[in-house]
Amino acid sequence: MSQRHVLQVFEQYQKARTSSCQTVAELANRPQNVETLQNAGVMSLLRPLLLDVVPTIQQTAALALGRLANFNDDLAEAVVKGDILPQLVYSLAEQNRFYKKAAAFVLRAVAKHSPHHAQAVVDCGALDTLVICLEDFDPGVKESAAWALGYIARHNAELSQAVVDAGAVPLLVLCIQEPEIALKRIAASTLSDISKHSSELAQTVVDAGSIAHLAQMILNPDEKLKRQVLSALSQIAKHSVDLAEMVVEAEIFPIVLTCLKDTDEYVKKNTATLIREIAKHTPELAQLIVNAGGIAAVIDCIGSCKGNIRLPGIMMLGYVAAHTENLAMAVIVSKGVPQLAICLADEPEHHIKAASAWALGQIGRHTPDHARAVALANVLPRLLSLYMDAESSEDLQVKAKKALKNILQKCTHLPALEPLLHDAPPNILKHVVGQFSKVLPHDSKARRLFVTSGGLKKIQEISAEPGSLLQEYINTINNCYPEEIVRYYSPGFSQTLLERVDQYQPVI
Amino acid sequence: MAKLLKLQSYVPVLRAEQFYRYRLAEDYRFLEYKAAVTIQSWFQGCRVRAFIRSLHRTATIIQKTWRGYIERKHYRMMVKTAYFNLKMNFYNAMAVRIQKLWRGYYIRKYVHNCKSLQKYFEEIRKANEIVRQQLEEFSEMNQRNREKKKKEMEERKKNYQARKMHYLVSTRQIAGIYNSPYRQFPDEMEFRLQRAKPLNRWERHTKKDDSCGLVDMSTDTTSFSLPTIHPLPPIGKRKPQGPFRDTAEVLRQRYKPLEPTLRVETLITSLEEARAELKRKENSNLISDDLFLPFSSLRKNQKYIPSFDTSVDYKMCSLRTVHQEKWITKKDFKTVFTPVPFFDKFGRTYSKAGEIV
Repeated sequence: MSQRHVLQVFEQYQKARTSSCQTVAELANRPQNVETLQNAGVMSLLRPLLLDVVPTIQQTAALALGRLANFNDDLAEAVVKGDILPQLVYSLAEQNRFYKKAAAFVLRAVAKHSPHHAQAVVDCGALDTLVICLEDFDPGVKESAAWALGYIARHNAELSQAVVDAGAVPLLVLCIQEPEIALKRIAASTLSDISKHSSELAQTVVDAGSIAHLAQMILNPDEKLKRQVLSALSQIAKHSVDLAEMVVEAEIFPIVLTCLKDTDEYVKKNTATLIREIAKHTPELAQLIVNAGGIAAVIDCIGSCKGNIRLPGIMMLGYVAAHTENLAMAVIVSKGVPQLAICLADEPEHHIKAASAWALGQIGRHTPDHARAVALANVLPRLLSLYMDAESSEDLQVKAKKALKNILQKCTHLPALEPLLHDAPPNILKHVVGQFSKVLPHDSKARRLFVTSGGLKKIQEISAEPGSLLQEYINTINNCYPEEIVRYYSPGFSQTLLERVDQYQPVI
Repeated sequence: MAKLLKLQSYVPVLRAEQFYRYRLAEDYRFLEYKAAVTIQSWFQGCRVRAFIRSLHRTATIIQKTWRGYIERKHYRMMVKTAYFNLKMNFYNAMAVRIQKLWRGYYIRKYVHNCKSLQKYFEEIRKANEIVRQQLEEFSEMNQRNREKKKKEMEERKKNYQARKMHYLVSTRQIAGIYNSPYRQFPDEMEFRLQRAKPLNRWERHTKKDDSCGLVDMSTDTTSFSLPTIHPLPPIGKRKPQGPFRDTAEVLRQRYKPLEPTLRVETLITSLEEARAELKRKENSNLISDDLFLPFSSLRKNQKYIPSFDTSVDYKMCSLRTVHQEKWITKKDFKTVFTPVPFFDKFGRTYSKAGEIV
């Protein structure tokens, strides 16, 4: 009887620990409880529970800690300060899979917040154990380890390098080939985080043979996996021409274009980013994309979505058009200009407008044909208004001005230029008048039209400093017309006529 | 003499005259000298001037000839260069004409081939069309698949619901809630209920495990379930009633390692492998590669005696004749030993067979 009593005490104690631990873990799920928990000194209470004799309590304690650390920076800091990490890392290698998952979750939650915290995790020697966890049988353990590694690698190049040095990349590549979708997803995202920092890191990822596996998964029906895969590919391709070519050699075109039609917005965005990162390197790569019909797909994609998802597509059009005039013409032929004009008009956000303006500038700067195509989309007045608008961001103003200048210097399509005569500031007007002065001496019809549309009158009203470029242009235009016409349209001509009437003495 | 006298008489006169003359001459001498100088200077001047003039004339002649020569030479040079320039200009103009034609042709043909460029753009346009169409088809197909899947899912859900709520099915006496008597037709659910098989007890209590692979512990416990806590070992409870074995013994039996029989343990190819191994060993231990050959000359002169088996006439005495009258019993022959597997299992199972009490 006495033995039973003694044991009952222990049983109660264990039950109490278990239930309290689980309750804390559940409470930590809700943000509103976290502060109370923190004030109650939850950290110092949970720490000894990590060393409990019962595995379940250890796991639950780790889970609660992880949730708390996940919540904010201060709590993560508290975990680091509380010397909990070495303990976790130590037991990460020893314990069962549930505990491994929970411990990896804590590490991930701590590393998530800042490079400083991630460095603290690395300093505890977590990388080696996490890499060992990547070799575990249980996909859940692999997944959480990969996730933690990804959060560590995401901050900067040094941390990424540390992850690579721990030998994680080949194992991550193996993880991609596992059948579990969730594991694939996390592994792909980790590879993306590793390769985003520098070309060396990306090269390491490529050397592990990841591209072929990633490229295979482009057609996977799972959308979240597709997002990560495409993001990883674009992070690899963005660094250098060689890497971009390697990505292209995995025969992702034209399969990847199907992802532009996906229902998921982020899949679209990442696909457009991937295409952009490939197209920006050389004219040849851009040509390859154009030949695969990528431009039309991207333009359709821009048309089918809104906001930030458009941005990479818009930039891709700009990059392609910037390479050569033929590529710019291909963009025009694929009806890219009207779409960009819509983006310029509809998007409320300034950076997207700025990107559209930049892309249009890149398309229109090559030859008069290009400029004409851009001008026909009625882009110039809008660019001007964006440039003049005081509410536009500085970047948008600069981009709009540059684009206007680029297009105007090539534009010979006078009907599009005429509205600009009336409301352009002098620094833009200079280019507009310059274009008129280049065209009018050689085109009689245009001269006539210029007078009837009131352009000449406007020209006479411009007050230019004598000797300036603008004055020269005005003189050139005036020289194309008879003197009487010029005088007739000069401001104050009627006044002088009336004065002459007054002064005239009739001869009787 | 007279004459002389006469002449003498003349002397003073003459002397006077002479003196007069001399005086006169003396008077005029300076004048005359000056005149003579004037005349001479004039004359000499004339002469020298004439000489100088002739000298000038000759010099002029020389100079004009020389200068003429030089100038003509220079002029000829000038004409030559002018001619050369003219020619060069002409040639240059012609070269420009040729080059311009050639360059225009070349650029149009090979560099900025407008036709091919247009063709290229046309092709791009076509490619774009095709890509757009294909993508459209692809997305439509995806859409259809998704809808189909969704519909199937809903169907499955409804069926499951029907199985769960099977107790609501109407009976002959009482109409169920889906089979309102005030309606013309029963609800669609009613038919589903009729078709469905009710969940059995096991199915009702098993929860679906939807935590496949998801380890996002930060969100909620729904996707992640902790391992269920093992119940603590019973404290001081009595042994349960009944003919139960000791738990440790049962567990030992349950988790004993696999003990395959010798036959299962050995590979199917082990015989061949052993033979190959033997052969390999033999080969490696050989002293000479050539095997010893039998002496063919030893039995050269002996007569060949056929073996007994080949020489017996089967028809005369069959070796396989069955003499049933010699049999002791009608039953088949039986071995008396226990088969080997029995010994394998001896003492490892619950069975008490073969134990010596």
